Order: sequence, then structure tokens, then C-alpha cells
Amino acid sequence: MSVLTFDPSGDPILERRRQIQSIAKASLGRRKAYSAVALGVCWLFLVLAIIPLVAVIVYTFAKGIVAWNATFFTQVTKPEGIPDGGVANALVGTVIIGAVATAVTIPLGLLGGLFLAESDGRVAAGIRFTADLMTGVPSILMGIFGYIALVKAFGYSGLIGAFAIGMIMLPIIMRACETAIRGVPGHLNEAGLALGARRFMIARRVILPAALPGIITGVLLAIARGVGETAPLLFTIFGNQYMQWNPTKPMDALPLVIYNNSSQPYPDLLQIAWGAALLLMAMVLVLSIGSRIVAARLQRERR
Amino acid sequence: MATTDTAPTGGEKRRHGRFSLSNGAYRVVLIVGAGIFAALVAWFLYSIVNQARPIFSALGVSWIFQPTWNPNLHKFGLLPFILGTIETTAIAMVLAVPIGLGTALSLAYLVPARVKVVLGSAVELLAAVPSVVYGLWGVVALAPLWREYVEPFLTSVLGWTGLFNGPNEGVGLLLAGTILFIMVLPTMVAISRDVLAVVPREQVEGAMALGATRWQVLRKVVLPDARTGLLGAFTLATGRALGETVAVALVIGNSNYIAHSLKSPAATLPSLIINNFGEASGTELAALFGAGLVLLVIGLGVNSIARVLVRGKTGAAGGATSVAVA
Repeated sequence: MSVLTFDPSGDPILERRRQIQSIAKASLGRRKAYSAVALGVCWLFLVLAIIPLVAVIVYTFAKGIVAWNATFFTQVTKPEGIPDGGVANALVGTVIIGAVATAVTIPLGLLGGLFLAESDGRVAAGIRFTADLMTGVPSILMGIFGYIALVKAFGYSGLIGAFAIGMIMLPIIMRACETAIRGVPGHLNEAGLALGARRFMIARRVILPAALPGIITGVLLAIARGVGETAPLLFTIFGNQYMQWNPTKPMDALPLVIYNNSSQPYPDLLQIAWGAALLLMAMVLVLSIGSRIVAARLQRERR
Repeated sequence: MATTDTAPTGGEKRRHGRFSLSNGAYRVVLIVGAGIFAALVAWFLYSIVNQARPIFSALGVSWIFQPTWNPNLHKFGLLPFILGTIETTAIAMVLAVPIGLGTALSLAYLVPARVKVVLGSAVELLAAVPSVVYGLWGVVALAPLWREYVEPFLTSVLGWTGLFNGPNEGVGLLLAGTILFIMVLPTMVAISRDVLAVVPREQVEGAMALGATRWQVLRKVVLPDARTGLLGAFTLATGRALGETVAVALVIGNSNYIAHSLKSPAATLPSLIINNFGEASGTELAALFGAGLVLLVIGLGVNSIARVLVRGKTGAAGGATSVAVA
């Protein structure tokens, strides 16, 4: 009979609830204070993280913009003490090397990305893991690789620099393409198959257009990463103080100018380094921001 | 191309044959594409190992851990550089782990939505700033600051630990570690934030409904759930710090001796290679290739761990952002 009578004071579950509530209430002030302190520390760390990153950009801009004059963009690098030096040779080198590396890695990266996206076997898993590892390999090793594999046989040249840079870009592009292609809805692929289209056709007309925003983003980010690399170029393109349009010859590049000049005590060379740093940073930021804009626009058009 | 748009009326067999042939060709092209990549990687590994082999066959393995690097005396010990690499990376990670984690938590759960978008993009953009720019900034702007203010201050506060003996030089382990910290921060924050953002929303809301404070939610629900992925992000950042070359070479002071203080100039494996490669020949060049192989092994080891950890958390394909910025 006692089961039917409802006695709130004796119910163990309600008793437990009351107990928990009282503990929670008693500790609320302490918990709230603790939470406020901990969240405050998080905010503090956010500010601490922003300060140096903003400082790099502001400092580079302030120092670099001073170096930007007409001769900076039209003249080649000159030794210390000779006025009116520029970085035209390095800019040409960076653009040509970046262009060659991009032109070669895009088709390879696309094929590799398609392969990874369309196969699920052990081989694909192995290649995917390898690509991930290669994105983390210290970039100086690509410079050594270029030196061992090609410079020893053919001498220093811009093309070998492009090869070393391409080795860094390729795994990035492959993985970005794979991610973009995997994001394409399966029913598009199946609709293509149902229409009797060949796989080539489906890839070219259905999958690649649908994955284009992701692919472009990945490619632009890979270029941004590639043109900023210094270490792979040091042992491969050698540097060249003269204007050189021919990529089979030793070339100069912006990161190389920055690296070589930054350990110099001469103010005029340092100023060139800052100008080159601002130029390089501007190129990289334009590529990164551009990739976002392109991706966003293509995404919007699709809807 | 036009032939496939109009379905052939007859020759079912032939059409089927062509269809599978085209699939076959498609597969072949893809396999060739992936195969070129695999061949390049194999060529890369073979080149480094092959060039490092002479030094290993001449001196065995123990030379790696010898404490003296002096090509004139035919001594090629890598210990100072291995220690320098570990020390700079350790300084960077001691700073980067708490600050990166706090920043990622703030970005993922604390800041208002609009600020989140702006700061999130900014962090990803900063991950793309070339390392040589950080190096230039470090040697020109930070080194004097470190020499005049930071190092004297740390010496007066923490001098009793014995870690800050010797003169204030500006360049050295401490500055190199700091620059590495600033460099890996964007990458780490971007990946950590992605990892934190995939914590199931029901769990977060459930904890809130139970009356947990905001910090309790982060500490007891979000962090435990994201633990593996966060560990992966930290490991990935460690890998980047280990292999960074030019920025470190500019700010570490480049000394071939084992550092006895955080303020001492030192060198890392990559900075050793970049500073000596130009003039090296014979056994010294072989020793530099050997240093490259050691760096490769360390880098691959750290990255394998990181990738396994990150992938376990964000799905097989991984986040596009994480892959791109890493």
C-alpha cells in the first residue's frame, strides 16, 4: 500500500535531486568566478596571438612601402652603395618560376586528386597518406632533392627551382582536388552514368565543373605557399643579379633577395629587402584572398 | 566527344565494348597521374638516402650523436643541431600550445559570429605569410628588442633557473623559438578551430542545459571530445617548427656549439644545411646530406603521428582548410 502513497520527502530520487540542486547552488558563485577567469584567459590569449601577427604585417607595410618607388619595380638588384636598385629581376624570376610550377602541377594534381577521390583501395589510401606526409616535409629537403637530382646534371636553373616548388605544391593541390571532388554529390555522377556518358565525359563535364570552386581555392593557396618558399630555391636557382627571362638559366626570386639582403648591415640593401617582403606578402595575400572571392562567387552562381 | 551524346542505334556489343574501354582508359590516365606523384616521391626519398649513404658507411650511425662539428678536424657530429632543433621547437610549442588553444577556443565558442568570420579568415591568411618575411622581421625588429628589454627582463626574473646565463645577444635560441611560435600559431589555430567546431552541438547544449558554466562546457565537454584532433594539430605545428629553415637561420645566431643558455646563439639541422651547403664539398657535403636524412626521418615521424591523429577526428578526407594551410 505504501507504494501508492506519494510522499515527496521520502522519495530517494527527489531527495537526490534536491541534494544536487543545493550543491549546484552553493557552488554556483565559485563556478561562475572560475569560468569568468578561465574565459578571461582565453580572451587574453586571443589578444596575445593577434598582437605579433598584426605587428608583422604593419611593420612590413611601413618599412616596405618606403622602398616602393619607380626604380624598385624597373631596375635589377644592385650591390651595396649603388643607388636606384630594384627587384625587377627577382620579380620576373618569381613570376616565371611560379607560373611554370603551377602549369605543371595543376594537371598532375587534378589527375592525382581524381584518382584519390574515385578509388578507395589500399593503394589510394597509401598515396593519400604519402601526399599528407609530403605537405609536411621540411621544404629545404626539396631544395636538396632538386640539387641532387637535377642541378648536378644540368646546372642551376629557374626550371629546377620550379621543380622543387612544384614538389611542394603537388601534394597540396592533389589533396585539395580530392576534397573538392568528394564534395560533389554522388547523384550527379550517377545521372551521368545513367545517361550513358563515358567516365572521361562525366569527369570533364560534371565532376570538374561542380568541384571547381574547391579546386581553384586549393590551387591558389598552393601557389601562395609555393611562391613564398625560400629554402627550395637556394640550392636550385642560384640567384642572378641580371635580368633573366630564360628559365633554363640561373634566376633570381623575391624570397632569395629578402633572405640574402636581410643578413646585410647596409641600409639600402635592407630597404630593398623590406620592399621585396611587402611585394611578396602582397602577392601571397592577394592569391589567398582571391581564392576566397573566386570560391564564394562560383558557389553563389551555382545556386 | 559528340559520339557519346547521340546514342548509337545498333551494335550493342560494340557500344558496350567502347564504354568499358573508355572506363579502362579513364582509370589508366588517373593511375598514371597518381603514379607520377608516387614516382616523384620515390625519386625524392632515393636521392636523399643515396647521397647520405657514404657518410653512414664511412662513420656508422654514432656520428649523428657526436657533439663536435668541425669540418677542418674532420668532425661532423650533429648533436648541437639536433639539440638546437629540439630546443627551438620546444620553446615554440611551450608558447604556442596554451596561446593557440586559448585562441582557438575563443574563435570557436566565445567571439561574436561576425568577429569570428573576420578573425577566422585573418588567421588563415596569416598562415600563408612567407616564412622569410617572419625571419626578416625577427632579425630587424625583434632582435634589438630582445637584446635590450626581453632578455634582461627574463634574466632578472628567471635568472635563478640557470637558463638565462651569459650575455644578452638578441639573436639566439629564445628569439628563434619566439619566431617559430609566431609562425606556427596561425596554422595551429586554424586546425584546432576546425577540430573544436566539429564537437557535436547536442553535447554542448546538453551540458549547458544541465547548468554547467561556459568554462565547464569547454573544459568537460568540448576539450575531451576534441582531444585527439587537438593533439594532431599540435603535432602538425611541431613538424612545421622542426623543419623551418630560413626564418630560423636568420635569427638563431648560427653557432656550431651546444647552447648553454636560452640566450646563446645555436643552430638547427635546417639552418646548418642552409649555411654550409654553398661551400661544402666531399665528406662535409655528405654529412650535410646525412643531416638532411636525419631531418627527413624526424619530419616524417612527427607528421605521420599528426596525420593519424587529425584524420581520426575530421574524417577521411580532412577539412579543406586544414589541408591547405598545413
